[in-house]
Amino acid sequence: MAMRQGRGVAAVNYPTGMNLGGDPTQALVHSTPTGNFMVSLSSVDLGQGMKQIMAQICAETIGVPTDRVIVDTADTDTGPHCMGTFASRGTHRAGNAVIAAAREARQVMLEVAAEELEVNASDLDTDGAGNIHVRGAPQRSISIFDTALSAHFKRGRSISGRGMFLIPRSYPDAETGAMKPSTCYAHACTVAEVEVDDETGEVNVLTVKNIFEIGRALNPKMVEQQLVGGSWMGISHALYETTEPYYPSREHGGRDFNEYLMPGPGDLAQTEVIVLERPAADGPYGAKGPGEMCANPQIPAIANAIFDAVGVRIDTLPITPERILRALKANGTENAGLVAH
Amino acid sequence: MELRKEYFADERKDDLKEIGQPRLRSDALGHVTGTTTFFADRNLPGLLHLKMVRSPHHHARIRAIDLSEAGRHPGVVRILTADDVPHNVYTILTLIQVGPEDETVLATDKVRWKGEAIVAILADSERAAHEAAERVKVDYEVLPAVLSIDEALAPGAPIVNEYHGQNYYRYDSGESRKVRFGDVEAGFAGADHILEQTYGSGPIEHAPTETTGCIVVPEGSGRYTCYTNTQAMFFTLDNTSIILQMDGAKLHMVGGTVGGGFGGKVDVIVEPIAILGAKLTGRPVSFIYSREEEMQISSPRAAEKLVIKDGVMRDGRIVARYVKAYIDAGAYSRHSPYGAQKSAAHFPGPYTVPNVWVDSHCVYTNRTPSSAMRGFGVTIGDFALEVQMDKLARLVGMDPLEFRFVNAYRDGDMKAHRQPTEGAALIECMQEAARASNWPVSEKYLQMSSARREG
Repeated sequence: MAMRQGRGVAAVNYPTGMNLGGDPTQALVHSTPTGNFMVSLSSVDLGQGMKQIMAQICAETIGVPTDRVIVDTADTDTGPHCMGTFASRGTHRAGNAVIAAAREARQVMLEVAAEELEVNASDLDTDGAGNIHVRGAPQRSISIFDTALSAHFKRGRSISGRGMFLIPRSYPDAETGAMKPSTCYAHACTVAEVEVDDETGEVNVLTVKNIFEIGRALNPKMVEQQLVGGSWMGISHALYETTEPYYPSREHGGRDFNEYLMPGPGDLAQTEVIVLERPAADGPYGAKGPGEMCANPQIPAIANAIFDAVGVRIDTLPITPERILRALKANGTENAGLVAH
Repeated sequence: MELRKEYFADERKDDLKEIGQPRLRSDALGHVTGTTTFFADRNLPGLLHLKMVRSPHHHARIRAIDLSEAGRHPGVVRILTADDVPHNVYTILTLIQVGPEDETVLATDKVRWKGEAIVAILADSERAAHEAAERVKVDYEVLPAVLSIDEALAPGAPIVNEYHGQNYYRYDSGESRKVRFGDVEAGFAGADHILEQTYGSGPIEHAPTETTGCIVVPEGSGRYTCYTNTQAMFFTLDNTSIILQMDGAKLHMVGGTVGGGFGGKVDVIVEPIAILGAKLTGRPVSFIYSREEEMQISSPRAAEKLVIKDGVMRDGRIVARYVKAYIDAGAYSRHSPYGAQKSAAHFPGPYTVPNVWVDSHCVYTNRTPSSAMRGFGVTIGDFALEVQMDKLARLVGMDPLEFRFVNAYRDGDMKAHRQPTEGAALIECMQEAARASNWPVSEKYLQMSSARREG
């Protein structure tokens, strides 16, 4: 009877966007006479912070600070069509649509500013702080606020843009399965360390070190919140969660959070997240969709660490103390089959 | 969190002003101070509450439904049955041409899972709706049920869903979505070792803080405003339009911040029946899942069974991989035919294997329909694949991480579904993992690159 430690590794990839494509999203961008920009979408913010990311993407593309951008979304009357927020598609699909719309709006904005400054629009640039200036001559400038006023009241122009993003649908070949499921993939590798009590079968996840490659961290703080949350969900999937603890029996299903097991704060591992960025050719500023992937690699990493610790393979999720104890018992002795890493 | 900028630095310009900046999210303060508005934060005069009468049986024929006592219960305003639903048999993915329609909004002659909706009560209070639901009398003839993938696929098994005619989804490729690449039998014949293993999982709940629901308001204009926490506004609008045979112009879906989705709010279950209730009563209707409904009625992640057979060489190269995946869809399709197809596309994982055979099946059982959940079609497959990788490494006497370097896909490698690999980064993730966890790995693996093969 002892506490036994082990560690395991797993590596995964994950496709961005609806499988096989065919999932369009549109965006509209317009300026108001306050110099703010409005992004209209019908995508849904699930709490992951989609509105914030769309604002940053629009701001970067137009060349204004993010707090100058307002996002109106999740309304079928005011927002153009979006397939929905699922399949790790929100940032990638809606982000590309916002870039397209914002580029078109930026072009009109620069044309209006060019008329005011009596230069060519192609000679102008934004400073990211709310001003447009002649490239190489920053003193010749106009504020975006004044440009918006001029467009509306003087020049009769609408500083606005339309954006669309669609990956054409791929149809799998019936015989060979030849198909194009996705245009870009995020990646991960996780190393988990566990401690297993070979008397009770209880698993304590000590550390989880996650390496995620996500194309581009558009907002590192929000990347962190999603990746850490995903990592916790992975631990929860590995060791705790199921609506049918004795599947396929339909008995014993949890009906509330007293009966449905999930880790509490004290059960969560020391979690480390390291992010690599290999921009995707078709990603908005290179971003891929890691929203689903980030909960995957912990599950097999923990399963492999448990084997490393106590020498039993639990090939059915979740890996409960009961399953571990039964496997240890079937192994003859608790110490059998130990394979040192 | 740490950003390791030295990887792929030559493929990236880090000169952006807003992108890459850790800006405070604009909704953070509202969330942490409890002032963010969610769909249910509405007090409407005359609001009705919808409660479902659900099947207590896994599989049963409905002989008769007696609504007389429930109808007399104080507070009950209207009771909806299948006869009230204009297009009662539907399937969500009809919007992307994945049929057939196989699910009833409200059950007609049969129930196919324990919990299936039969009758909707609309009452002045939640309590009255609950009490009336218990007074609905349904006469059932209980039928034999199939509860597992193996039972469903056994010869002579009872048919779960007559709209399919057999207990699996029929693709244009037959009983499974198939991937055939190289010659898997020749691969096994030439392999030094063969390992075949079976993996499984139970259903998993999304466990969002906010349960699935909507509030519908009939407007003076003749339109219906539906405040919903769906993950897909137009998916919901278009499916509602089909089910209610109502011009989409009459429907206005309003979302907002959702209190956790994880794929659990992609099905279109609560909105159509709530809008129908609002139409037939002229009053606002609220249909919000209880926690028990969220856990046992709303679609979970599918249980899965996977059989993986690999041929591997002594030097660690995987030369053949054969995968049979079975996804337990429960009684109805919802998003499961899509999930099984995504699973087929995912194998053999992020590794370059010259001979691959994949059969991915979507199987019907008399269980709560499963559907979308974060990573479905991939998550459980990755569990199976990566445990299998660990076993293979030990089988050939290699370190598990080094074994993955040997097989990792690189740019230009042909995948089993016949797309060349682009933008790979598995190698670099593993290199960084080795560094961060002090996992000893031979120098030659640390010199590898996803962008090119050595030599």
